[in-house]
Amino acid sequence: MGFLNSLKDQLSTAYELLAAGWGLQLLWGIGWTLAVTMVSMLIGAALGSLVAAAKLSHRGGLRFIGESYTTVFRGEPELLIIYLFYYGGTQILTGVARSTGSIGSTDILNMPSFLGGVLAVGIISGAYQAEVFRGSFLAIQRGELEAARAYGMSAWLRFRLVIMPQVLRLAVPGLGNVWQLTIKDSALISVTGVAELMLTANKAARSTHHSLLFYTVAGILYLVMTSISTPIFDKAERYTSRSFLRPK
Amino acid sequence: MDYDFYLSTMWSVLKALPLTLEIWFFGIAFGLIIATGLTWLRASGSKSGEYFTRAYVFVFRGSPLLVQLYLIYFGLSQFDFVRHSPILWPILRDPMYCTIVAMALNTAAYESEIFRGALRAVPVGQIEAAKAFGMSPFTRFRIVTLPIALRLALPAYSTEIILMTKATALASVVTIMEMMGTAQKIQHDTFRPIEVLTCAGVIYLLLNLSIARLFAWVEYSLSPHLRPAPDQSQQIKPVPEVL
Repeated sequence: MGFLNSLKDQLSTAYELLAAGWGLQLLWGIGWTLAVTMVSMLIGAALGSLVAAAKLSHRGGLRFIGESYTTVFRGEPELLIIYLFYYGGTQILTGVARSTGSIGSTDILNMPSFLGGVLAVGIISGAYQAEVFRGSFLAIQRGELEAARAYGMSAWLRFRLVIMPQVLRLAVPGLGNVWQLTIKDSALISVTGVAELMLTANKAARSTHHSLLFYTVAGILYLVMTSISTPIFDKAERYTSRSFLRPK
Repeated sequence: MDYDFYLSTMWSVLKALPLTLEIWFFGIAFGLIIATGLTWLRASGSKSGEYFTRAYVFVFRGSPLLVQLYLIYFGLSQFDFVRHSPILWPILRDPMYCTIVAMALNTAAYESEIFRGALRAVPVGQIEAAKAFGMSPFTRFRIVTLPIALRLALPAYSTEIILMTKATALASVVTIMEMMGTAQKIQHDTFRPIEVLTCAGVIYLLLNLSIARLFAWVEYSLSPHLRPAPDQSQQIKPVPEVL
């Protein structure tokens, strides 16, 4: 039973390795993964709402910009966008720094890996969030918007009192999906050197030669993160739609 | 603007397109086979089958494809029986096969959910009518349930195919020189990442747009019954006012 024996060996070394410090490192990795995901979601929310507004605009030019944004950033491989922001950022920063003379002509000014990764993942997340926000806006009853207009509400007041609370309520399930997608995309920024869960698992696997163990642990930790988010978003959905719940 | 550089980069990346398409095609084809099996298992009504598919979908949808790829490429070779197996080892030591296996297993989880939803969305009345006609379960499935379900699954399936095109870029992290890997190499050699990645990006975008067009066309041609009737008023000649 070669299979069972090697499994037993793996399990007995698993505890030793995790207790020897890799467990703590992986926990830090989770922290970074969550930080990356949250910051990316925030960047995405800001960009996504602007892009959704552009896509719903009456002006053809704005609509075109919004359409192109969602088409491009949902159609390109995530890895390509991450490389573009990380290496492209390095190219721009180096170019600027060399021309101003703040570094030598052969030096390289690297893009901060966290910033590059978060921008890239945030922009991808923004493309998906834009679609979520656009869908939720279209799901608002037309009559409510007309009523708000008939009351003489200003555009800002209409947005604050009528549109935003309803878009948020309707967008929660869609945002839950984007959140899961963003957690999974955050694993890709390990290629730029952010010490999140994937890169930590990589380092551990390379230096201890126990790739099976560490990638399995990383996989389980990702599963834990994605499955914990589901009840949290369910709760958020109940909270934001509490005025629509039937009394018990 | 350095047109020669753009053109030569485009050309080098395009030369890697067949490899990208190869990974894409085999990933999708094997994924479709696994997904069919999973859907059948889920729909068969056995409890253990349902638990298995639920667990499968949970694991493969809940973790990043990159973890799955690393697990298959680096992780599985830890087992002695894998290294000594005459069937498994030739597959699992080759990064190309590993990428295809990872993509197929991953996409099967998403596709089985798409197919399950499509099967459930087939109108009950249609199936009842087929039963009333005395069709055998197989005939019923072949000429009623399957065509309707396939048509219903198409939009979600096309999205999944586009996600797969994007996923082929991950092959570059396990040393495959497909389009992304080639672009990476040119970028490291020339240190002009913005230009190189833009070229690769244009190719990926055109590829995805044409896949989307293709699926839109298939969807259009499969649903003549859902299109509005042609405008009759245009075809009838107006009656001349003066006879």
